[in-house]
Amino acid sequence: MVEAILINGLVLGGMYAILAVGFALVFGVAKILNMAHTAFYMVGAFLILIMTIMLGFPSLPSIVLAIAIMGITGSVIYKLFLDRVKEHPVAVMIISVGVAILFQEVLLIGFGGHFRGIDPFVRGFVEIAGIRATYQQVIAIATSLVALVAIRLLLSKTRVGNAIRAVAEDREIANVMGIDVSRMCVITMGISAVLATVAGAVVAPIFMVHPLMWMHPLTIVLAAVVLGGLGSIKGSILGAFILGFAETAVVFLVPMGAFLRGAVGLSVMVVVLLLRPEGLFGVVFEEERL
Amino acid sequence: MGSYLYQLYRGFQGEILAVPGRVIALIFVTLLFLLPLIIPHPIVLKIFSLAAIFAIFAASWDLLSGFTGQLNLGQALFFGVSAYSAALLNIHLGVPPWATIPIGAIAGVIAGLLVGIPALRLRGFYLALVTLAFPIILIGVIFVFPDITGGELGLFGVDRLSGSRVLDYYIILLVATASILVMWKLTDGRSKIVRTGVILHAIREDEITARASGINTVRYKLMVFSISGFFAGVAGGLYVHYIRIAGPSILELFFSFQPIIWTIFGGIVTIYGAVAGVFILYPLVELVRLHPVGETYRFVLMVLILIVVLLFMPQGITRWVRDHIEEICPRCKLINIRTRRYCRACRAPLHAEK
Repeated sequence: MVEAILINGLVLGGMYAILAVGFALVFGVAKILNMAHTAFYMVGAFLILIMTIMLGFPSLPSIVLAIAIMGITGSVIYKLFLDRVKEHPVAVMIISVGVAILFQEVLLIGFGGHFRGIDPFVRGFVEIAGIRATYQQVIAIATSLVALVAIRLLLSKTRVGNAIRAVAEDREIANVMGIDVSRMCVITMGISAVLATVAGAVVAPIFMVHPLMWMHPLTIVLAAVVLGGLGSIKGSILGAFILGFAETAVVFLVPMGAFLRGAVGLSVMVVVLLLRPEGLFGVVFEEERL
Repeated sequence: MGSYLYQLYRGFQGEILAVPGRVIALIFVTLLFLLPLIIPHPIVLKIFSLAAIFAIFAASWDLLSGFTGQLNLGQALFFGVSAYSAALLNIHLGVPPWATIPIGAIAGVIAGLLVGIPALRLRGFYLALVTLAFPIILIGVIFVFPDITGGELGLFGVDRLSGSRVLDYYIILLVATASILVMWKLTDGRSKIVRTGVILHAIREDEITARASGINTVRYKLMVFSISGFFAGVAGGLYVHYIRIAGPSILELFFSFQPIIWTIFGGIVTIYGAVAGVFILYPLVELVRLHPVGETYRFVLMVLILIVVLLFMPQGITRWVRDHIEEICPRCKLINIRTRRYCRACRAPLHAEK
């Protein structure tokens, strides 16, 4: 039982962490709440489904291709829809909800509301210190860690990463320093869509793929990002793992827990925020004027 | 008597006929009241009854999030709490609709206070994301107690509002008109009788300054949460007695987004914008649904319209229309039709040379 909670919690937490980092990046840099974020994750999973099962491509090339397609799609959606109305934050939010529903409906028309499975990339299981895990779960956990380290290196070591952090820190100063702010927003959106697709790729064989799969992760990712403190990447990763473990523990330990999996994560968020309104790693603003 | 009627007519002419936006509103409301005579088709009546219910719902969101700036992504909580309390009372205790709807609205007020008190500590996006959590938490609770709440299937067999569809329609329309008028008056910033409108605007624009000006912002925020909960609760009670099922779908994420979509589409911070958004988008989607092809593509159509309209009119459709047919006099602030060159009251030139 404990092992199962550990493994599944790591898989789920890792997936939420990748999604939350992408969401937090876009919020920090472009200052938009991108509700279509988990829809990218869903479309990424569907692209892999189409390529591996319907077209018969091998797994790895189709994942790479899906990541590339989604990266471009993310940037294009930002450029076409969100960039033009960015002075109206609520309109941006509603347009991103619209984009998510559009993806959902197109997939519903194309595939119907069925649950579909994807074959695991590697079959079999492994035993580490007496804990049994399928290779796919190991791959999922490893990929999450690699992706998190990679995004950390990208942000701290490269020129683009520095520029992105500069824009997140202070738009005006970044602009004065010669950074193309709107280009950085487009790039960030691309990176975030890529991260979402990575999450979709690693968990698609573990969970089912269906056109409504974006809603539950969206609420959890929002909760994780708020739990950690908006704009703090470290915080959102921690928040994602907390919620991932809370959800897994409830599903395994509480009778009828599967019904409560959304409720528990969100209750954790509400309680934390009531005790610490700025989140775990958020910055306290003295009576900030927005 | 004759002169009094004449006075009334002159007032009508000056206050309503001279302002194109109000003429459109008047024609629209008149048509709604005549609808059962013009198109007595039951499906049309059903669509417009539901649209009137959702208009209250969307306006209640606009009151809370538009006017007061307390971005609430979980408006479905108030609607759902009221709908479930009305349904439970009606099914288990046999309380008739005329009593369950007010009780449901009071349940909405309590839900509003329960969200509003913790929300005092939070602002901006934090508030938005915390409020989003509450309806989803409630869904979990509903699923865990299926014996009482009906679980995934919901509660069936709630009593009808009245015996006939036409009577249902008129009850809903009257309640909706009254609720929306009350909300409109409460938020009217220029009103000389009710002060709340200008205070709510002040809280949204700058809460600290509002507090420094001696406004008890805590009291007003809680008041708005409970008023918004009340009207969302009225909508929820009407809905459950009209549709006769209370299911968990009314607490889902999409149901919370719906009033936001309608309000932003119609125009935020204007109660009439929320109403217009509902009455444009909802009947459109439902009428398209009647056709077999439209059944599959209805949400695609709705979303495309939403995105295109917001890209070109980010302030919403009613604001855009108003800006193109009305002109506020620069001197006396009276609203004039755009075609006039001079103000109808003070004769100041309306279109200053640019």
